[in-house]
Amino acid sequence: METAYEIVIEETDERFFCAAGENILKAMERLNRKGIPVGCRGGGCGVCKVRVRSGRYSARKMSRAHVSVEEESNGIGLACRLVPESDLAVQVLGTMRKSVLAQIARTASAND
Amino acid sequence: MAQSSVLRPGHVSLRVLDMEAAIVHYRERLGLQEVDRDAQGRVYFKAWDEQDWFSVVLREADRPGMDYVGFKVVSSAALDQLEAELKSFGCKVERIPANELKHCGERIRFEIPTGHLIELYAHKEYMGNGLGRVNPDPWPEGLKGMQAQRFDHVLLYGDDLDTNLKLFTEVLKFDLTEQVVDGELKLATFLSCSNKVHDIAFIRHAEKGKFHHASFLLGTWEEILRAADLISMHDISLDLGPTRHGLTRGRTIYFFDPSGNRNEVFCGDYTWYPDHEPITWTADKLGKAIFYHDRKLNENFLNVVT
Ligand code: FES
Ligand SMILES: [Fe+2]
Repeated sequence: METAYEIVIEETDERFFCAAGENILKAMERLNRKGIPVGCRGGGCGVCKVRVRSGRYSARKMSRAHVSVEEESNGIGLACRLVPESDLAVQVLGTMRKSVLAQIARTASAND
Repeated sequence: MAQSSVLRPGHVSLRVLDMEAAIVHYRERLGLQEVDRDAQGRVYFKAWDEQDWFSVVLREADRPGMDYVGFKVVSSAALDQLEAELKSFGCKVERIPANELKHCGERIRFEIPTGHLIELYAHKEYMGNGLGRVNPDPWPEGLKGMQAQRFDHVLLYGDDLDTNLKLFTEVLKFDLTEQVVDGELKLATFLSCSNKVHDIAFIRHAEKGKFHHASFLLGTWEEILRAADLISMHDISLDLGPTRHGLTRGRTIYFFDPSGNRNEVFCGDYTWYPDHEPITWTADKLGKAIFYHDRKLNENFLNVVT
């Protein structure tokens, strides 16, 4: 069997397995699990931001607009760029920030 | 209604996190042709059916997004005149010497009220589409991936859509072709300087200067399906589609480059004429306006930008 690490999302206690070499957002999506917001999957949009509470991982290049050097050295990263090297516990920091358009459209439809 | 001296979006400069991965995406998957590189490490591409030397420039940076989008204008005289008019509108205009981008003439660059950088230029070297101008064949052999025909438009997110609209219609003489409104409030504006239903579009957003997507033209709905197949074949990050837009009627699919910049390939929108009146979509029907089949608000499409 190939190596897989268990990822736990602390707030919701959602658990899923991530194969060695795979990023944790992709593993979550592939198993149709929820908890971390999914955006571009390329380290660009920032919606999948997490704090790793425990475990080892490697991080691929991600947008400095969303993760500073300091944050990166403090265990913060974008889930689509984090590849586990052990079991991981993560806390979700990212949110799907609602655009003005999305907010207004939602209100307009609700008032229909 | 006016005839603009702006011809079309002629180039877009995108920032990427990893140049090698980006080159594979834009050259092998989207099917653009790599046409040059420069001393700064920027890589230049064109779509096969474009005549000018390049239309996409990639620059490696620590954050993805769009540096600027450039429009070609009819002449140097038109460029000078637009520069003067932009200044009297209140824009700060910068001149960028010829060949700062290889094969491109002098450009002017200004920031628009939504915080994006727009460029205008009158000259770019001719490369042609490889078919010649006498008795040409219909298409060249050896195209790659999705075989994008041209860089078509960008959609940008920013705050001050109203002043933007004034600038684009009054100074640059674009037409408003479609819009999304909530009462008096403009939520989205689609603008054309040509016969296309949009050459650039804006969506209202809290932050300035955000990039939503760069779009490339394909020929048919079947080619959109084929693009979808390639997206799965190469495990490219899919956003949404293949589907139909209400806005512009385009048939479309959205996906992301390896740095998280959104791309679109599309076909089959309608022809705009400058004597047409704009089409209006109301905010309560936004779901259908954007994705005509799904008819619901898509969180990712509405909120994910670089
Ligand atoms: S999904 Fe966009 S940065 Fe991870
Ligand atoms: Fe588009």
